[in-house]
Amino acid sequence: MNLELDAADRDFQAEVRAFIDAHWPDAARAQARDTVAREGRPSVVERAWFDALVARGWSVPHWPAAHGGANWSPTQHYIWARETAHADCPEMSPFGSRMLAPVLYTWGSPAQQAAHLPPIREARITWCQGYSEPGAGSDLASLTTRAVRDGDHYVVNGAKTWTSGAHHADWMFCLVRTDPHARKKQEGISFLLIDMRSPGIEIRPILILGEQHTVNGVTLNDVRVPLANRVGEENRGWTYAKGLLTHERTGIAGVARSQVALRRLRYLALANGLDDDDVFATKLDELEIELLALEMTELRTLATVEGGGAPGPESSILKIKGTEIAQRIDDLVIEALGYYALPYPAPQLIDNEGPIGPMNAVPAIRGMLYGRAASIFGGSNEIQKNIIAKAVLGL
Amino acid sequence: MDFSFSEEQTLLKDSVSRFVHNDYEFAARQKLVKSELGYSRDHWRTFAELGWLGVPFAEKDGGYGGGPLETMLLMEEFGKGLVVEPYVPTVLLAGALLRIAGKSAQKERYLPRIIDGSLQAAFAFAEPQGRFNLADLTTTAKKDGEDWLLEGYKCVVLNGPSADLLVVSARTTGAQRARTGVSLFLVDASAAGVSRRDYPTVDALRASEITFENVRLGKDAVLGRVGRALPVIEQAIDEATLAIGAEAVGCMEVLYKATVEYCKTREQFGQPIGKFQVLQHRMVDMFMEYEQSKSLMYMAAMRMAEGYGDEAKKAVSAFKVQVGKSGRFVGQNAVQLHGGMGMTDELNVGHYFKRLTTVDTLFGNVDHHLRRFGSL
Ligand SMILES: Cc1cc2nc3c(=O)[nH]c(=O)nc-3n(C[C@H](O)[C@H](O)[C@H](O)COP(=O)(O)OP(=O)(O)OC[C@H]3O[C@@H](n4cnc5c(N)ncnc54)[C@H](O)[C@@H]3O)c2cc1C
Repeated sequence: MNLELDAADRDFQAEVRAFIDAHWPDAARAQARDTVAREGRPSVVERAWFDALVARGWSVPHWPAAHGGANWSPTQHYIWARETAHADCPEMSPFGSRMLAPVLYTWGSPAQQAAHLPPIREARITWCQGYSEPGAGSDLASLTTRAVRDGDHYVVNGAKTWTSGAHHADWMFCLVRTDPHARKKQEGISFLLIDMRSPGIEIRPILILGEQHTVNGVTLNDVRVPLANRVGEENRGWTYAKGLLTHERTGIAGVARSQVALRRLRYLALANGLDDDDVFATKLDELEIELLALEMTELRTLATVEGGGAPGPESSILKIKGTEIAQRIDDLVIEALGYYALPYPAPQLIDNEGPIGPMNAVPAIRGMLYGRAASIFGGSNEIQKNIIAKAVLGL
Repeated sequence: MDFSFSEEQTLLKDSVSRFVHNDYEFAARQKLVKSELGYSRDHWRTFAELGWLGVPFAEKDGGYGGGPLETMLLMEEFGKGLVVEPYVPTVLLAGALLRIAGKSAQKERYLPRIIDGSLQAAFAFAEPQGRFNLADLTTTAKKDGEDWLLEGYKCVVLNGPSADLLVVSARTTGAQRARTGVSLFLVDASAAGVSRRDYPTVDALRASEITFENVRLGKDAVLGRVGRALPVIEQAIDEATLAIGAEAVGCMEVLYKATVEYCKTREQFGQPIGKFQVLQHRMVDMFMEYEQSKSLMYMAAMRMAEGYGDEAKKAVSAFKVQVGKSGRFVGQNAVQLHGGMGMTDELNVGHYFKRLTTVDTLFGNVDHHLRRFGSL
């Protein structure tokens, strides 16, 4: 056992840092922080960063090398995640690069791979995930959006909900029911790629807490989808989607992101006169210890999937603890802000007249509100515990 | 020992409850909070007609002659409806300061107008550097002949945008955090040198940042004794803390009940999600947090009713600690158990959660009141 980075890894770390310094200068960071929450598309500075990643071959490092991945060891991935998070580098939308791509390079046809993987790798196309329905949340397999064959097309009818970013997306990967009479409901589901410009798609914004528009209701009325846009075999979509859900879960630990958030929280506490507050300091230290434990748990998980396979059900720990820690940090941010945890003016007011109070707390409040969703989406924390109970503990 | 309410108290509770039930439906409330004013003048008139604006004031001042118990009952019902009318700033903060410290001329001038609904008021006490320390003041008032000159900055003044009258805490002598040397001033919100920046809060109330630049005040603007205002401020804040705590108890009741109802009807995996034992236990925890909060609410109200002293202060702080913790637990889990629905702006659940989160901050959070409890 050894926690030190070896010489090669240290070289890699230096290379990553140099790359970040060259392509993500402080000016870009400051600008990105101000704009990132408002736009569905990369801003100019983010675009430049993605282009630099593409040129360097680092935009989708976790993919297989044949499709443009970087062939890194788990340690290298870990270094990358840490360095980019600490420098506040923009992240690619996970829907295409982390959730859909593994399905495509594992089960997609050569034509689908050729059509869809390059634009995801280059961050030129955005995807949304059309899984959840009003009646199918945790129990996703009970979904009822129906796809019926008509010549060389499917005709799709139904309603998806909570679809993040549907209002910006070019494409949606979608689970639909192709066999309503299957013996088990998981067996009648197919995986479709749907062009969001198709006639018959209607998008309705759903505002979430703090009046944020991130999610949507998407209705599909006689939407025609070419058979060629079905991934893999008909009625096998559940298997593909399940493989993909574990990938979703690993990204969700967010250790590096929480480390950065915790560091910011320590600054915030200082700035708010909490530097000699023992009670608050103890809470920060407790959180830091939990985060250290999570980091080590993640490293152990990464070590067992050396070579790039999907992690096992114990990866649910990462999702549960990761979101609990992130939400706890958000709560402490609110505590540290004191009375400035209250003002919540519209973004335009701040643009025109400057922030309220000594710092602009609004993004932190907005983040706290949105952060409540982290224990709900991607398989709620209750569902993750069910998975551990069943698949790990054999209960 | 007696946990029952008098007939009059029951009547008050029932009338507020009826109003919230019949006239304060969530959709209408959402329209109100998005309006220019942020609340309803009609509702405010109704409050006046029903005598609610006079609840904490003595009958000889034209009030209803109520005390902490009456305020508690009223606020608990307001909490159930997420009422946004500025009752706390006008009646319970500015009103209490006038009631406790006002000379008869001052009471005669302002209380009738608070009680008849024609005057809006706010208490400007918080400052950016001060956190929850009521004595930590950089706003100053200096003597200038017979007059006072007020200079400083107050943050997150609830009801600032509507207030006609501002009660302002300022340092007249002493070091920034000294317990003596704090004074209160009555300031016309439209006086020269007063400027505001108004905004909504995350729980859909209205507040302001207020700057005072060389505001000239006459000697009758002083409320209470010069340099001796801190105990008065503490009492008013403790009364208001009890009130928003009671409001939070009302919020919790709505949330635990709404969650139970939702879990009975929402089906996943072929059964109501309320059948899952892990969710049952969570709802039991929510229910227990509500009950424990309610118990301390009664204790705090009774102690305050017995008279304002260390026992009362300690009880209020104990209650605020409980409410801060319970409110967060109940609010967060109500959202969690509603799944995606709980996250929506459309459903009321998330709005109760937001209010419970800010109640923890207001007038001192859990840590602040824990420390105060320990020091008393
Ligand atoms: C902000 C946000 C963004 C989202 N983005 C997307 C997206 O882009 N694409 C997409 O397809 N979906 C998305 N979702 C939907 C998300 O995946 C669902 O909300 C989630 O699956 C939960 O489903 P539900 O909301 O129907 O809650 P329900 O399934 O109704 O769950 C309600 C509560 O019951 C609990 N529960 C359910 N079953 C059990 C059980 N067996 N045992 C114990 N507890 C249980 C849950 O944990 C939860 O607390 C998003 C959701 C949110 C809030």
